[in-house]
Amino acid sequence: MYKLLLCARYLRTRYIALASIISVMLGVATMIVVNSVMAGFSTEMRGRIHGILADLVIETISLDGREDPEAHMKRIQEVAGDYIVAMSPTVEVYGMLSFQYIGQWITHPVTLIGIEPGTKAQVGTLSEHLGNYQPEMDADGNLIRPARRTMDQPPDWELAGEFMKYRRMRAEQQRLFSLNTDTDVDLPPEEQGKHPGAAPFATKNLNPFDDPGAPTQVEAVTEEVDAAAPDRGRLYVGAGLISFQYEDKETNTLKTKPMIQPGDNVKISTVNAGRPPDAVHFDATVVDVFRSGMSEYDSSLVFVNLDYLQEVRGMVDPTTGARSITTIQIKLKDFADADKVVERLRSAFPPGLYTVRTWEQKQGPLLAAVAVESAILNVLLFLIIAVAGFGILAIFFMIVVEKTRDIGILKALGASSSGVQSIFMSYGLGLGVVGSGVGVVLGLLFVWKINTIEAWLTWLTGIEVFDQRIYYFPEIPTHVDPFMVTWVALGAVGIAVLASILPARRAARLHPVQALRYE
Amino acid sequence: MNDNDHVSPASLSTGSGLNLNHCLPNPAMTNETVKMPQSHIQAVAVEKTYRKGEHRIPVLRGVDIDVHRGEFVSIVGQSGSGKSTLLHLLGLLDVPDVGEVNLYSQRIDDLPERSRDELRNRVFGFIFQFYHLLPELNVVENVLAPLMIRYSARDFWKRRRELRKDACELLETVGLSHRLNHKPAELSGGEMQRAAIARALIGKPEILLADEPTGNLDSSTGQEIMELLTGLNGVDDLTIIMVTHDESIAQQAHRIVRLTEGRLQAWSDAA
Repeated sequence: MYKLLLCARYLRTRYIALASIISVMLGVATMIVVNSVMAGFSTEMRGRIHGILADLVIETISLDGREDPEAHMKRIQEVAGDYIVAMSPTVEVYGMLSFQYIGQWITHPVTLIGIEPGTKAQVGTLSEHLGNYQPEMDADGNLIRPARRTMDQPPDWELAGEFMKYRRMRAEQQRLFSLNTDTDVDLPPEEQGKHPGAAPFATKNLNPFDDPGAPTQVEAVTEEVDAAAPDRGRLYVGAGLISFQYEDKETNTLKTKPMIQPGDNVKISTVNAGRPPDAVHFDATVVDVFRSGMSEYDSSLVFVNLDYLQEVRGMVDPTTGARSITTIQIKLKDFADADKVVERLRSAFPPGLYTVRTWEQKQGPLLAAVAVESAILNVLLFLIIAVAGFGILAIFFMIVVEKTRDIGILKALGASSSGVQSIFMSYGLGLGVVGSGVGVVLGLLFVWKINTIEAWLTWLTGIEVFDQRIYYFPEIPTHVDPFMVTWVALGAVGIAVLASILPARRAARLHPVQALRYE
Repeated sequence: MNDNDHVSPASLSTGSGLNLNHCLPNPAMTNETVKMPQSHIQAVAVEKTYRKGEHRIPVLRGVDIDVHRGEFVSIVGQSGSGKSTLLHLLGLLDVPDVGEVNLYSQRIDDLPERSRDELRNRVFGFIFQFYHLLPELNVVENVLAPLMIRYSARDFWKRRRELRKDACELLETVGLSHRLNHKPAELSGGEMQRAAIARALIGKPEILLADEPTGNLDSSTGQEIMELLTGLNGVDDLTIIMVTHDESIAQQAHRIVRLTEGRLQAWSDAA
């Protein structure tokens, strides 16, 4: 009883000891904040990657692909149909994206993914990232324009009416321009001859050999409606590829300036499936802009309509009409079964020709890097709490010296050494509980209000603490893991108790006579 | 008071194999009508040497003392004569280098630590020159401290009302009923010493060990404390051993023991 009473009284009256646990408190709060933010980033990132990659992918090792996706999908159904919700055949190949902006040609290396939007949307997230499905908001979050499409409409390659209008307007402008100048200054004639799509408003003839060359004025006028029609190649282009960010000097906010918009044409260069592979070029109309939030994807992915990409790359057998694919994306009912399904698919598809991987395996190095980073940070932060433990140790020694006489009195009254020791141990425990408790509350409050705090810090220092250009999130994402909080709190309490062992033992070993002489 | 003790000796948890029945007063013996002086606590040829760095300082050089039940003994001597050390040895706060301490002729100085802690709690009550109250606790809590040490937290909580009542009654006896919830820092020296006496008595000890109980008090307050002590000695048959250097205080005991340079000088009957 005396132990509890004295321990409680010491807790209430020794403010110096409370000062010593401020370090524990701050350590705990920091660990919770850092872990929550890192977990927030990581879950957000994983969610985005996962959405784009689908649960499982079967890839052919050669970029030429394999024929007959239907047979492949049937085989997959046979092997692991019970676990599978949806599949989508795709063709993945590298390429280049070029477009004209203020008179300059801009080229980016890209990954071309030929997809069927309907099935692709079933295996991962697609609609969520497309501009047509996003309502337009102003800076204060007020709705300017509702989304052009609702989420229940599957994505397709149609150009939205608004952009079709824009395209017609551009075609008309172009026509008037060519009427005025009487020459086509935009493109040299030989270029137009080779690539009909390069000047979509000029001609819609897809066969280059039938094209007589630069269109005459008469032709342009008669084909006015046709000229505005989109190309056969349709694209969803990553937002990072076709826009740049700049800081508005007046409002000091970050703005994104698109260089082209849906309805515009771009040039795509890639290789065909021939042996040896040969360069191929084609023109395509941007149908929508794709924004996943993963800057790596937004600045490298271009989705193309699968059938056209297959045609351009020569992946259609001219005699049988069979089409080839390079990848089948698979969505599972439960991602927990992924390893099992991977095993089955690996045995069904020969490893020399195909690789079967989960999205995590595909993004292994990135995810591993994040995990290692997080682990190292945790070790470092825990060391901070350990340092705080030494502070407690020092202050406890002081308190034991200060309380020497009281320890003597207690022993004279019959308190045992272990009893005296447990006073100071439970004092340490109490300090640890208070410190880590307050730390947990503080940390959770900080996590809860982190975006307000960030805005306030930015205002106070004038430096953007959380730069959207770097992190690609409009807000700081957080994820509080109750297990992590529990472990951090317990660890801090443990350190406080460990730090009080030595002073408590010293108190227990004090000789009562020596202690009482202390006057 | 001793007859209706809180805990029967059989229920003591010594945990060390010590049977305290031997150490506690045997009712058959205390009720003996024979006027044979019965040894209550006894030091036999105790020696104690302290080390101060390289030097060995002999404090007690073979002291024999025998105190009977209900006796009031003063130990007098100059500073450094070893009188406090003798008191500490008798109260088991320290162990003699040579010799033994007996309680009812049972050796107690070589008992394991736990049993000695238990004896200090149950058999001895201590009063110090500097009162030695715990500054964080108020008067009632200070008085209750020995009982808090004796009982587990659960037992204490169950009996807290009863024990608190005992403490308040005891404080009334020593004349402190108006200061129950004050902190020691708010009390005068005399009041603190009264509180310390109440604390020494709450555990219903058989032997009260007082180390210069009046040493820090003015003579009239000191006299009040002495009256309190002699009253306790008379009423409760309490054995009191008091260390003092003040002759007039020492004279109020039944018997005076003089120590000079660690040796017993003389026995004298004060009365």
